[in-house]
Amino acid sequence: MTLLQLFFLFVSAVILGSAVMVVSTRKMLHAAFWLILALFGVAVIFVLLQASFFAVVQVVIYIGAIAILILFAVMLTRRVMADVGPQVIRAWWLAGIAAALLCAVLVWLLSSWNGFTASLPPLPQRGDPIAELGQALVSPNAFALPFEVASVLLLAALVGAIYIAWERKGK
Amino acid sequence: MNFLLDPVNAIANWLRTLFLGWGVPPDVASFLLSLLGAGILATGAMLWVIFLIWYERKLLGRIQDRFGPNRLGPWGVFQPIADMLKIFTKEYITPQGADKFLYNLAPVLSVASVLMMWVVVPFAVTIYGVDLNVGILYIVAVGALGELAIIMAGLSSNNKYAMLGAFRVVAQLISYEVPMVISLLVPVMLARTMSMNGLVIAQDAWYLFTAPLAALIFMITQVAEVGRAPFDLVEAESEIVAGYNIEYSGLKFGMFYVAEFLHAFTVSLIFATVFLGGWRGPSAEQMPILGFLYYAVKVAIVYFIFILLRGSLPRFRIDQMMDLNWKLLTPLSIAVLAVSAVVDKLLQSIPVFWNHLALFAANVVILWISMTILNRRFRREQTRVAGLEARPARAVQEHISA
Repeated sequence: MTLLQLFFLFVSAVILGSAVMVVSTRKMLHAAFWLILALFGVAVIFVLLQASFFAVVQVVIYIGAIAILILFAVMLTRRVMADVGPQVIRAWWLAGIAAALLCAVLVWLLSSWNGFTASLPPLPQRGDPIAELGQALVSPNAFALPFEVASVLLLAALVGAIYIAWERKGK
Repeated sequence: MNFLLDPVNAIANWLRTLFLGWGVPPDVASFLLSLLGAGILATGAMLWVIFLIWYERKLLGRIQDRFGPNRLGPWGVFQPIADMLKIFTKEYITPQGADKFLYNLAPVLSVASVLMMWVVVPFAVTIYGVDLNVGILYIVAVGALGELAIIMAGLSSNNKYAMLGAFRVVAQLISYEVPMVISLLVPVMLARTMSMNGLVIAQDAWYLFTAPLAALIFMITQVAEVGRAPFDLVEAESEIVAGYNIEYSGLKFGMFYVAEFLHAFTVSLIFATVFLGGWRGPSAEQMPILGFLYYAVKVAIVYFIFILLRGSLPRFRIDQMMDLNWKLLTPLSIAVLAVSAVVDKLLQSIPVFWNHLALFAANVVILWISMTILNRRFRREQTRVAGLEARPARAVQEHISA
């Protein structure tokens, strides 16, 4: 086992552990910070895969924007968010069985996959990967259409937000 | 001679041969060197703050027609060291009901986020931490961690004023990130790279000349990101006492203080790299140490301007701060980005000098148009206020409440 693999296992353990803490902690504020730790761990995984752009974008968008938005919501509702009720529903065993089944299926599927023993193939060196990504996003043969559709979706969200927040004059 | 021209790499090479001579594997030797370099860079940056604090206090004193620190050592240079020693001895107070872990993590994260920015700063052609191909974006990402630290401090202190400070931080820093990122896109687009060293190498003409408006917007947003006057609503003494760091004492407060000063300086580093050509200058590529010297001069000038801004401008009101961002800087930065993209692409085939001149002219035109619009709005507002003053007080009251 190489040092890289050990590091990967450590980071994965941190991500999974903090993900469990997100749903099990009682304080909403702590859940938000555990979520940030989990998202940061994903950024570290991207670094391990040498995908520096995705690592940085993960931090900018998920931690810099989404997590801070969640924190903002928590801040505005500070008192409401201390949950005192029971943490599991009555039919928790049903969810447990479903999760166990899913896990078993995944293990069965992955046991026939030979990717575990394969060694890491070297990345093809074809110049700057960011430049390639950028060109792929705007080239009509690649992802131009999905990219534009995503922008339209974001624009619709923006218009919706303004509509909700708009104070109509003379009302 | 090599040592004189490029001391950092000469020492690194000497150490590497020393390690290899001891029988250390090459991977481990590189790792040790990186560790050593990171440690020296971080420690040097933190120690540099001691000088920065003295310099800023002295300069602010001069701006306000007083002496500034003047007792300890020549021109009071040792004053910050005495202050630092004092702050080491102060008691740590944790407020009741505070979230202990987050409360203690916040100052650490605050300093760390600023120090992490130094990783990608190219001090000379061969002297930099790493040359990430996403350098600029990395700086934006790491800046977000600093915001997180401030929010953490505000939330975990169990104090109303700290909470209000955190609210203001969210409002201000998140808003000003938008024009900041867009204005950084202009040099990235002109250089066709996001790496910091690549940006410096691409600057045959400083981006201050080919993208002056982007430079101006970046400067304003950076003052806001650091949270200093005129954007110091985050810690406005007369309104929310001290803001997010109100409950911190001793070295924990000291770390926020260090982070603020270091951030102000780091911002000058980034500005000098992105818009003033970084280490570039006559024969800087042959002699890295000379490039470092050019860079130091540029950074000093930018930092001086930042302090002048801090010393001479009064604090914005919160609505003015928001108006400036969303109604002026954001649309202006988008306009600059669009126009620069079109001009640069259309005039790619003509000689470089004319291309640069066209970019500069385009910026001047955008500035003129926005100034005309602003002037018109100002006039309209002036006549409106004059009309209000002419009317009796009761009518004004009704107008305001309407």
